Amino acid sequence: MIKAVGLRKSFGDFTAVDGIDVEVAPGESFGFLGPNGAGKTSTMKIIGCTSPASGGTIRILGMDPASQASKIKARLGVVPQEDALDADLTVFENLLVYGRYFGLPRATVRARAEELLEFAQLVDKRDEIVEKLSGGMKRRLTIARGLINTPQIVLLDEPTTGLDPQARHILWDRLFRLKREGVTLVLTTHYMDEAEQLCDRLVVMDKGRIVAEGSPRALIAEHASREVLELRFDVADHAERAADVEGIGARVEVLADRLLLYVENGDVALEQVTARGVHPMSSLVRRASLEDVFLRLTGRSLIE
Amino acid sequence: MVTTTQEVSDRRRSRIPFPVAFALPLALVERNARAARHFWLTIVSGFFEPVFYLFAMGVGIGALVGDVMVDGVAIGYGVFVAPALMATSAMNGAVYDSTQNVFWKLRFAKTYDTALSTPMRPTDVAIGEISWALLRGLIYSTAFLAVAAIGGFVHSWWALLAIPACTLIGLAFASVGMAATTYMSSWTHLEYVQLAILPMFLFSATFYPLSTYPAALQWVVQATPLYHGVDLVRGLMLGDLHAGLLVHVAYLAIFGTVGIWATAKRIERLLLT
Repeated sequence: MIKAVGLRKSFGDFTAVDGIDVEVAPGESFGFLGPNGAGKTSTMKIIGCTSPASGGTIRILGMDPASQASKIKARLGVVPQEDALDADLTVFENLLVYGRYFGLPRATVRARAEELLEFAQLVDKRDEIVEKLSGGMKRRLTIARGLINTPQIVLLDEPTTGLDPQARHILWDRLFRLKREGVTLVLTTHYMDEAEQLCDRLVVMDKGRIVAEGSPRALIAEHASREVLELRFDVADHAERAADVEGIGARVEVLADRLLLYVENGDVALEQVTARGVHPMSSLVRRASLEDVFLRLTGRSLIE
Repeated sequence: MVTTTQEVSDRRRSRIPFPVAFALPLALVERNARAARHFWLTIVSGFFEPVFYLFAMGVGIGALVGDVMVDGVAIGYGVFVAPALMATSAMNGAVYDSTQNVFWKLRFAKTYDTALSTPMRPTDVAIGEISWALLRGLIYSTAFLAVAAIGGFVHSWWALLAIPACTLIGLAFASVGMAATTYMSSWTHLEYVQLAILPMFLFSATFYPLSTYPAALQWVVQATPLYHGVDLVRGLMLGDLHAGLLVHVAYLAIFGTVGIWATAKRIERLLLT
C-alpha cells in the first residue's frame, strides 16, 4: 500500500524527516510513535500528498505523489490533527461538501453521508452547526468525513489528542471497526496506550529517524522487560538512590520523580529491594509499555 | 502491463477539459453557496449599497449638477453615474469576497487545506473561489440594472451586456484580489486593500468625465483597471458602442487570467509545502 525508501523532508536547514524506510501492507494498522517534532506529521503529509518529499522515493498504492497526487488522494482518507471542519456548515453539510470535493455524484455522497452519520453516532446532530459539537463529536465527524470516498488507506494524525478518556474509547471502538472491515490505517500518536491498542506494527521515531520497528509486543519484549518496578523516594534527586538498587533487574532508569527497574517479576524485585534495607516512600509494579521502550531507545520520556 | 478499464476511463477523463474539468471547482462554489444559506442576510445586504448610491447620486446630487457633456452630447447626471456605480459595485463585491472572505478561509478556517487533501488542486481552488465571487456579483449586477432601468437611468438595450461586462470586472478584481490576499499575514494588511480601492472608486472617471483631468493625469487614470470597467459599462449602458470597448475587455481579461494563474501558484506554495 505504502512503500518509502530513504524518505527525507527538510525545511531550509531543518530536517524534519531524515531518511526513513517504511512499508505498510494492505489491511494493516501501522503507527508512527514519537514525541512532538519527531517528524510524524511531516511524514503523514508526504503520504497524504500535501507536502512533496525532499528526497528518497515513495509510492502510495503504487503511484508517485509527484505526478499522480490527485489520483492517490482520491483513494485516501485524511483525518488531520486539527479537525479543520467547516464552521460555516452543518454536520451533514460537512460530509456532503467534502464528498463533492472528490467529484462524486451528489446522490452517492448523500447516501454515504447518511451511513457515516450512523457510523460516527451523530445522527441526532445531523443539522447542527459544527461549532456546537463537543471535541469528541468533532473528531468523530472528522473521521467520518475522511471516509466519505470509501478510502483504501486512512491517515489519522494524532486521532485522540486532546480528548477525554471516554471520548477516546468511543473513537478507538470506531477505528477497530474500520480495521475489521479491512481498511488500512496509518496513524501517528504520542500515546503509548493508543499505539498498543490500535497498531499491528509501528515505528518509533525520534528526531526524524526511525529508532525501532515492530509489533508493540515485540518492541516491549526486545527493548524493555516483562514488568517494571517503580520506586519513589523522599529525595530531591532520585539519581542518588540509583546505586542502592543497582543489579536488581536488567536496568535502572532514573526519572525526575522516580526510579524505574526493568525486571522479570516486580514483586520478587521489590522483596530484593527491601532485603537490601532500602525503603522507598512508595512502589508500583506494572507491565512494561511502549513508554519504557521509548525511554530506553532515546533516553527521554515521550511527553515532557 | 494490462490496461484496465479503470485506467482507460481515467485517461479519457483527463482529456476532457470541460465540463468535467470544472466539476471540482464547482464543488467549492457549492460549498460557498451552502455556507451562504446560513448567512443570507449578509448576501442580501450587498445589493443595497450600490442602489443607495444610485439614488443619492443620481437623484440627489444629479438635481444640483444637471447634465454632463459626454462626447458633445448632454446626458442626465444619473444616467452618467449609474454605469460607474454598477462597475464599482462589481469591483467592491469581488474585492470583498476575494480578500476578507478568502483571508479568513486561507489563514483561519483552513478551508483550502481541507480541499487540498482531496483530489482538488490549487487551480481548482482558485477557479472555484473566484467563480463564486462572480456568481454572487452576477446576481447583484442584474438586480442593480433592473433597479436602474426602473429608475429611468438606462437608455439602451445594449445595457444588458453590462451584466457580463460586470462579471468580467469581477473576474479581474477577484483574481488579483485573491492573489494579493495570499501575501497577507494579518488583518492590518487587509486595510491596504481599501487604500487601493478607494482612490479608484473616486477618480476612475466615476463621478465626472475623463476629460476633466489634464492630459498627463488622464494617462494615469486610464492605466487603472476600474477605469476600463467604468468606461466599458458606460459605453454599453449609453448604447455608445466603439472599438475602444474591446480594449477594455482585453485589459480586464488579461488582468483576470494573470490573477488566477498567480493565485494558483501562491496557494500551491503556501499550502503544499
